[in-house]
Amino acid sequence: MSDQIDGGLRSELQRQGIWVTSMEELYNWGRKNSIWPLQFGLACCAIEMIATAASRYDIARFGGEVFRPSPRQADLMIVAGTVTKKMAPQIVRLYNQMPDPKYVISMGACAISGGPFKQGYNVLKGIDRYIPVDVYIPGCPPRPEALLHAFMELQRKIDSQKLTGNAKAEHLDPMQPSEFPVPAFGAHDLEPAANPRLFQPPKIERS
Amino acid sequence: MPNSLIKAECTGRSKLPRLTNLVDDVILIAMTPNPYFFIVIFCGVAVVFPLMPLALAWLWRRFFQPPRPGAGKNATYECGVESVGEAHVQFQSQYYLYCVIFLIFDVEAIFLVPFAVAFTGLPVGAFISILVFLLLLIEGLVWAWSKGCLDWGSKRLSAR
Repeated sequence: MSDQIDGGLRSELQRQGIWVTSMEELYNWGRKNSIWPLQFGLACCAIEMIATAASRYDIARFGGEVFRPSPRQADLMIVAGTVTKKMAPQIVRLYNQMPDPKYVISMGACAISGGPFKQGYNVLKGIDRYIPVDVYIPGCPPRPEALLHAFMELQRKIDSQKLTGNAKAEHLDPMQPSEFPVPAFGAHDLEPAANPRLFQPPKIERS
Repeated sequence: MPNSLIKAECTGRSKLPRLTNLVDDVILIAMTPNPYFFIVIFCGVAVVFPLMPLALAWLWRRFFQPPRPGAGKNATYECGVESVGEAHVQFQSQYYLYCVIFLIFDVEAIFLVPFAVAFTGLPVGAFISILVFLLLLIEGLVWAWSKGCLDWGSKRLSAR
């Protein structure tokens, strides 16, 4: 968009009581202030997530209180807790069933990398092997303030997404796949062990 | 003229005075609301009010939705597990009998606990009365069993 209004002129107008906006800003403003998370928790992080939704921390202040029990109505998936290999296909399938645009917060050490259970044979070493994660929250478990911070970061990301042009958001690109392959139970491990489109860890070279 | 109209309405007769001026007639009929007119309004609002958000959602989906359908996305939602078989499964109504029988014996347990606690100090009469109570319930259980209430559905239905 080349006809973006200059920031200085805008604040000048605002001082005079004229509020200028664009469709994109208005649209993103609405989107970022009514994020509906999917209602599911996997482990102890879920308790912190529940505390965030309850009255003391009150995620409703940010428009995220409507935890939906169906992926069809959810915008945000908070992967709160240890993802076992038994659970991973279900999570990917739930993510696939969410309508676009959709976002993922990977909450806690376990959802990021397996955390303290990383050595467990049944623990997935990070949900970002299968679905794209927007915000990672470290911690074991992260406090509700950390989840609120991640939520605000996500709001910032949604606010900055472009709806038109070359740099428009991924979900608006019809060439992007709408689904991610669901891993299957193999003889020893999930197959495939990671989605190579999403998960390219840096190779460690040891001399 | 209005007085005679109101009078005609009050007496419940449809005999309206003949109006020479047609416009006056229309205005008068419009001004005196039929008592059922409000129900018509109510029905109209009741239809439009739920239809409007549905129509808006449909329009939004039609024109603004990012067009990214998929087989997995449109699949039946079963908490992330792949669905097996048809969604329209019939459940046996015999489950109801199970529930009733369970409820009876659940309540029996409530009566049995104080009986068991006070067992050593009970007079013979109390013992016999609780025995009769138990026997009645056991008889009921045997009756339900013989009637086939404890068979899980399929046997009786397939026998038919």
